[in-house]
Amino acid sequence: MACNLECRVHPVVLFAIVDSYERRNEDAKRVIGTLLGSYDKNAVEVTNCFAVPHNESEDEVAADLEYARNMFELHKKVNSAEVIVGWYSTGPDVSEHSVLIHEYYSRESKNPVHMTVDTTLRGSKMGIKAYISTSLGVPGKTVGTMFTPVPVEIISYVPEKVGVNMIQLGKFNAKRSVSMVKDLTQVDKACGQLQEKLSMVLEFVEDVLSGRVPADTTIGRFLMDLVSNVPQIEKEEFEAMLNSSMKDLLMVVYLANLTRTQLALNEKLSIMS
Amino acid sequence: MAAKRSTSSLVQSVQIDGLVVLKIVKHCQEEGSGGSDLVQGVLLGLVMDNRLEITNCFPFPKRTEEEDFDEVHYQMEMMRNLRKVNIDHLHVGWYQSTYFGAFINKPLLDSQFNYQNSIEESVVLIYDPLRTTQGFLALKAYRLTKAMMDFYVKMDFSPEAVKSADISFESMFEEIPVTIKNSHLVNALCCEIEDHMSKDQTFNYMDLATSSMLEKNLRLLMECVDEISMDANKFLNFQRQFQKQQQSKQQYLQKRQQENAQRQIRGEEPLPEEDINKLFKPLQPPARLDSLLIAGQIDNYCGQIGEFASQSFGKLFMAESLQDSASNS
Repeated sequence: MACNLECRVHPVVLFAIVDSYERRNEDAKRVIGTLLGSYDKNAVEVTNCFAVPHNESEDEVAADLEYARNMFELHKKVNSAEVIVGWYSTGPDVSEHSVLIHEYYSRESKNPVHMTVDTTLRGSKMGIKAYISTSLGVPGKTVGTMFTPVPVEIISYVPEKVGVNMIQLGKFNAKRSVSMVKDLTQVDKACGQLQEKLSMVLEFVEDVLSGRVPADTTIGRFLMDLVSNVPQIEKEEFEAMLNSSMKDLLMVVYLANLTRTQLALNEKLSIMS
Repeated sequence: MAAKRSTSSLVQSVQIDGLVVLKIVKHCQEEGSGGSDLVQGVLLGLVMDNRLEITNCFPFPKRTEEEDFDEVHYQMEMMRNLRKVNIDHLHVGWYQSTYFGAFINKPLLDSQFNYQNSIEESVVLIYDPLRTTQGFLALKAYRLTKAMMDFYVKMDFSPEAVKSADISFESMFEEIPVTIKNSHLVNALCCEIEDHMSKDQTFNYMDLATSSMLEKNLRLLMECVDEISMDANKFLNFQRQFQKQQQSKQQYLQKRQQENAQRQIRGEEPLPEEDINKLFKPLQPPARLDSLLIAGQIDNYCGQIGEFASQSFGKLFMAESLQDSASNS
């Protein structure tokens, strides 16, 4: 019972949970599903999930466990390193029925994590919480279980971060969509981001200089690093480097265009013959 | 449900859910071993107006040595299970990862043709994990053009067929614009995630080092050019042989006629007409499909190089201005 267990979630899982919540049946108030991932020393890394159909009413809860097992088998075929690490449910709280479901999952995995995603947006936040069950009670007498919260951290692979950033661009768009942009505009955007950051830093420096904000030595050191990172190269040397790089690129572009023209000619000739 | 299904030219754009993007990225990351292995999966969704909406996807297991794996069974099981949780279970296409843009080849053509044959609107999403790691999501949607579909059905790739169908390497695939769309709840999730996610954006999309990318691209390009030159040589050889054969046929016919004329003069019977085809076996014209594919691939590489070069130029100019200001201050 690792008390310092930490739960690391990939954004994929959260997106999938929200999606399954949106697709729930008419009468269901919440959805549950299995979490897949891997154990790693003191942390559980959740990398995948799938929804499990279930029915819930005041007194009883029934989940399609056959389905859960089936889906797990199918997923295992694709990625055999993923094991069941827990289960999720949408909705703000942990209910009594959760204990039953948690018991089932304890059979499948050694220390299942229960994750809740608050899709009702209580407190205008979509709370993402994780729990593990700890037994409490006086030894010898009836033992109960309690859900103890576990810290949640959202991590991702580098390409996943890129994907999430791309998706987040659509947040403030009226149509909630973002289209793929040409590459040069991407560099342009990155440049714009850099400019923003630089202006923030400039503002801070101005504030410090005019005494509005107390100076902070660590930030000062970072700034020093930043400024000294621009390499001090002789002007001629730098020009030479720049020119040679540009010449390389130009040559490659020329060759590529030449190849293209050659191809087009080839087509026309072979059609003519 | 008897909606009138118009031709596939009705699908003008592809709309992908954020979830699908992330799933594809994750799958390629975990299984692709850095992008050199091919990773494939199925796209699910529906067609709305003139958009193809892709709402979910699931990966295909890698083809391992044990052949006791039934792909069709896996697909059916997956779709049946997804239907139970109300996920769209209509097949609308498939996705594949690529290595430096080298995806225009026969297997892709075959698969896409099969898909488009059964489902008119299907597309193939090509995802480039290496370029995405550099900072920008590289996801494109392609589809075979109608002309290409008709042409492929006939399975006849001789030069005459290509000429009559008027297929060039540019009219094989068409690219369809892609947009990413999210629901409101997912947007709320995005806001939430933004707070949580670590802010260390160490992307190297500002990276000035261009040589490795260029080198690899060029090497692949050279290989393709070699292939196409071999193919062109084969075609030339065939043409030459064809010409020679034609010539010898003519000669033979002439000789025949002369002999027949002589025999008539002498009063003998003319020699029987022999089947000319038995004497000169007709040469098989080489299939032009491979050359089309390779040409398309070269075209793709060139396009990629151009894009990459334009990005690098931008970065170089920025570095120049930074250096100027640094040296001036």
